[in-house]
Amino acid sequence: MAERSFKAEVEHLRLGDGGTFTGEGILAITKALLENGVGYVGGYQGAPISHLMDVLADAEDLMAELGVRFEANASEAAAGAMLAASVHYPIRGAVTFKGPVGVNVASDALANLSSSGVTGGALIIVGEDYGEGSSIMQERSHAFAMKSQFWLLDPRPNLPSIVKAVGDGFELSEASNTPVMLMVRIRACHVTGQFATRDNVPPPLTVRDALANPQRNVDRIVLPPMSYAQEHDKINNRWPAAVRFIREHALNEVFGPAEAPVGIVCQGGMYNGVIRALQRLGLADLHGQTSVPIYCLNVTYPILPDEFAAFCRGKDSVLIVEEGQPEFIEQHLSTHVLRDGMAVRLHGKDIFPMAGEYTGKVMHDAIESFLRAEAPGLLPAQVLAPNEPAPEIPDLSRTVPVRPPGFCTGCPERPIFAAMKLVQQELGEHQISADIGCHLFASLPPFNIGGATMGYGLGPASNAAFDGGGKKRPISVIGDGGFWHNGLSSSFGNMMFNKSDGVAVIVDNYYSAATGGQDILSSRAQNPTKSTNNPISRALKGIGISWVRQVDRTYDVAHMRDVLREALTTEAPGPRVIVASSECMLNKQRREKPLRAKAIKEGRRVEAPRFGVDETVCTGDHACIRLSGCPSLSLKRLDDPLRDDPVASIDQSCVACGNCGEVAEAAVLCPSFYEARVVHNPSGWEARLDGWRQRIIGALSRRRMARRLSFGDPA
Amino acid sequence: MNLPLSQFAPDTTQDGIIKLAALAVGGQGGGVLTGWIEAVARSQGYAVQATSVAGVAQRTGATIYYIEMAPQGPVPTVFSLAPSAGDVDIMIAAEMMEAGRAILRGFVTPDRTTLIASTHRALAVSEKTVPGDGIANADEVRAAAEVAARSLILADFDQVAIRAGSVISASLFGALAGSGALPFPRAAFEDAIRAGGKGVEPSLRAFAAGFEAAQQGVQPARTADAPPMAAAAPQGPARLLTAWQALETRVTALPGPVQPMTQAGLRKVVGFQDPAYGAEYLDRLDRVLALDGPANDWALSIAGAKHIANAMAYDDIFRVADAKTRPERLARIRAEMGATGVMQLTEFTHPRGEEIVSLLPAGLGRWIQARPRLYAWIDRRVNKGRRLRTDRVLPFVQLHVLASLQGWRRRSLRHADEMVHLTAWLDAALAEAPRDYALAVEMLKVRRLIKGYSDTHARGLGKFDRVMQAARRLSGREDAADWVRRLVTSALQDEQGTALDGTLRTIDSFIDSAG
Repeated sequence: MAERSFKAEVEHLRLGDGGTFTGEGILAITKALLENGVGYVGGYQGAPISHLMDVLADAEDLMAELGVRFEANASEAAAGAMLAASVHYPIRGAVTFKGPVGVNVASDALANLSSSGVTGGALIIVGEDYGEGSSIMQERSHAFAMKSQFWLLDPRPNLPSIVKAVGDGFELSEASNTPVMLMVRIRACHVTGQFATRDNVPPPLTVRDALANPQRNVDRIVLPPMSYAQEHDKINNRWPAAVRFIREHALNEVFGPAEAPVGIVCQGGMYNGVIRALQRLGLADLHGQTSVPIYCLNVTYPILPDEFAAFCRGKDSVLIVEEGQPEFIEQHLSTHVLRDGMAVRLHGKDIFPMAGEYTGKVMHDAIESFLRAEAPGLLPAQVLAPNEPAPEIPDLSRTVPVRPPGFCTGCPERPIFAAMKLVQQELGEHQISADIGCHLFASLPPFNIGGATMGYGLGPASNAAFDGGGKKRPISVIGDGGFWHNGLSSSFGNMMFNKSDGVAVIVDNYYSAATGGQDILSSRAQNPTKSTNNPISRALKGIGISWVRQVDRTYDVAHMRDVLREALTTEAPGPRVIVASSECMLNKQRREKPLRAKAIKEGRRVEAPRFGVDETVCTGDHACIRLSGCPSLSLKRLDDPLRDDPVASIDQSCVACGNCGEVAEAAVLCPSFYEARVVHNPSGWEARLDGWRQRIIGALSRRRMARRLSFGDPA
Repeated sequence: MNLPLSQFAPDTTQDGIIKLAALAVGGQGGGVLTGWIEAVARSQGYAVQATSVAGVAQRTGATIYYIEMAPQGPVPTVFSLAPSAGDVDIMIAAEMMEAGRAILRGFVTPDRTTLIASTHRALAVSEKTVPGDGIANADEVRAAAEVAARSLILADFDQVAIRAGSVISASLFGALAGSGALPFPRAAFEDAIRAGGKGVEPSLRAFAAGFEAAQQGVQPARTADAPPMAAAAPQGPARLLTAWQALETRVTALPGPVQPMTQAGLRKVVGFQDPAYGAEYLDRLDRVLALDGPANDWALSIAGAKHIANAMAYDDIFRVADAKTRPERLARIRAEMGATGVMQLTEFTHPRGEEIVSLLPAGLGRWIQARPRLYAWIDRRVNKGRRLRTDRVLPFVQLHVLASLQGWRRRSLRHADEMVHLTAWLDAALAEAPRDYALAVEMLKVRRLIKGYSDTHARGLGKFDRVMQAARRLSGREDAADWVRRLVTSALQDEQGTALDGTLRTIDSFIDSAG
């Protein structure tokens, strides 16, 4: 079960003709799929489309009613491969994952799919993780469309446009026998708004029906000689068909006056940013009525040269607004300008920065300098006039600390890395590689562990050069998500086959946690539609790895340290694998908190633990924090003139995972930590016993106090 | 292709759009706040669009939420998906440094922005890991906010929410309503909370408190330099109280500026041991005072009063046992945890042989120290993590007995070592006083480096020694005091002493070249 439940929102997916849907972009896409008769859906979670997978999972009942098959694919490659159903069958299918990393993983399947060509509409919904808030390398999915010749939609980022793009995408796919990628940027995935709904449409041919009547078409198999024919088919038939469809259905849009000295060509996803810049320059109103013509590319691949030429006619110059690099569209259009001998001047990356997000400021500044250079007459006087000097705002760049993501309060991964830090204090620094997932936060302070991340499931594989061993053993870390995504074969199969001398730590937190807590094969939850509870250690044994240590409570820092030390020093032949298992605290709390509150209310016995620090004992050296980084373990300035440095302090968000106490104990830090466990609704006997104890303890301590001077609580 | 729209003169451009951004730390409920704001705007006939950047930033990182709204008309409004520098009407910052970040990113400008910020701090990892005081300066953010914002609302909205039994998203929503920055009535905001349906009552309470707080605009920062603890009268047997009176009389005879710190120091030292120990403290301080005078505002004596007290009240097992078995400690924990009935209490300790041996009489202790195999044997017996359930009688008694043994302390090996160390330090510093007063003050302050237990303590001692050594080498130079101060600052920057090494190398270079 995922971190966020969409059960309530899923009801909106049942809206029919004449209804109004209000909500997030991701949900709108889901609704659009159902309205367009999709036959099967799948994908792999990851920001920013994790919620799409969660919505689909929560909407399984509704989809079953419609005869739509939902598959939570094992990876993006598996999702891409699933679209094979649309190759031979006239069934619409859609898969989703994040771009460009998910597209990387899926590219093998997507390339084959594109060569085969499709019969039913095949839609790949990609959440492009680019710009602020992105967690991955900054690249463009655009290149994949070009190399494999599938079509790329980049609709304007509002709900009606995105919903329309889903329908357009299916039709375009079918009209041109080509898969279509629908790209939605991070913010567009989470943008809220409204659109008019239509009835959901059951697929005309369901996947179940198709199984009863198997079909095959030799021409669509990617083998010579068909593969040669397919390349020609792409260029000679599918491409022209796509161009025809895009033109006839006006998928690209033009806004603004017919006559103007300049114009702007933009990706659909950039449209709102362009309008905002024009609004601020006094050249557009709040409804988007603009005095600078805009050619908005809701289809960014393929480009339609004649549409572009028509837009340029009569204009002196045109600015291309294309985010990211390389500037594929600009290069493409430049080719046409040269080939056709057009007179228009082309601007783009000469004004815009080549790299990085087109933020509001970038957009505003670039469009302003374009207009100042090419059409100053358009700009209103107040823009042309020099700005009045703004008051000097003090520079805070040295004051405000950076706030990188880190482990949550009570995260079970923290003690693993605390233990690793302790082992390294004993045995020296090691070569450590990491994977994709929450554990990668260990590479940041305070742990500073691990120096590479090469891809999902590739953590141990990225240490392969060191598999032969040496004076010290290489260590790699991988999450359970990465393990099942690709790790079992690419990392562990690789280690085993090559007789690796290395050590791998599998962080098993019961979920694909970083992407939002989705279930995976080894999840402990019972999931009615998925197979869970398949232990990782059994999979390891299955591929022949015999040195496997299962740790069932990662919070035992001393034990965790000892197991790591053993793995790094044992004479037993490698590979050595530690499966460190404890439930993701975010998900655990979400699951247990309501149950606990209910139990207390019903009068059942409940222990509510929390940790604390004795301020008088803490000396303020913060060693505990350097081994923890827990958000609830913070600092507090004392009102004591004798003390200069703030002391450790634990706030109310503590979930009593015990890591701080365990670390203080294992690393011999200090005796400041205590755990207070409030017992709600104790039994009569327990309360009586405690009463007696407290009376004796109280008497003893009062007696001691009576014999000495005391100044009240020194804290 | 679409039909082009006709040429027109743009109307009053974008003035109708209200742009609101919220900067929060992951887990602060920024999503809930955004949902409420959307709901209230929609209920008041506005078209509204919200976006957020989720992803890994949700995991304790800084997260930004962005909302635009405009009166709903027949033609849809084109909203932007991201805030732009210089173009934000309302900025909500759910934490003080996030307010700083908002200003830094240009989202708060004097021409248009209402800044609503919570003054509480959620410390970033980089602020917490510094061995000294790495907490960012909130006053700088406050000062910048006063310049940057058109109107400013500052209060501890976290406390406001906690007092109401809710979370900060609700109190900030109240502050937004109270700021009057949105053209909607209070009831509409409250209806949005009710429509949300979750935790309605506590949210409404926090909303009301936030609304209230917003009426007061900027609430002053808590003064950092609060006066020393209000001196409550000590309690104890009459004999000891009489002895205490005598000590207090000695304090009142001291120069006025030295008294408050001496009061605090005396309490610490007497609480640590007994009035006789307090008298020793004042004797030591007298040595300092003899070298001091009003010309330097008694800086040497004040530093002495502070650091001699800290040196005398060192952290040993007796002290820890005492701190953990005081009745007022239990009362404080019970209050903090909200325990009314049964509460189990577990102490996490890890004594080592070294600590146990250091409790023995000095002679015996040294005898054992001289026998490494015996010493190691003791360590093997002792050295492990021990968890004491001090809500139970026997574990409590263990600590209680240790705490009661503190009369023994002055005969212990640890005490002997501490006193030798203290004397050496104090002598060294005071020896400088007649020649270089400022250097003597800084040498007293080097004491700050000694803290922590076991390895951390040892590292602190090591840094202390190196700085004191450098201080002696610097002695006689005009800038000696300044360099010692820098050495202390750099020693507190990181655990391993990398920054300290750097400063020491610099000092080496100019001393060598001079020599």
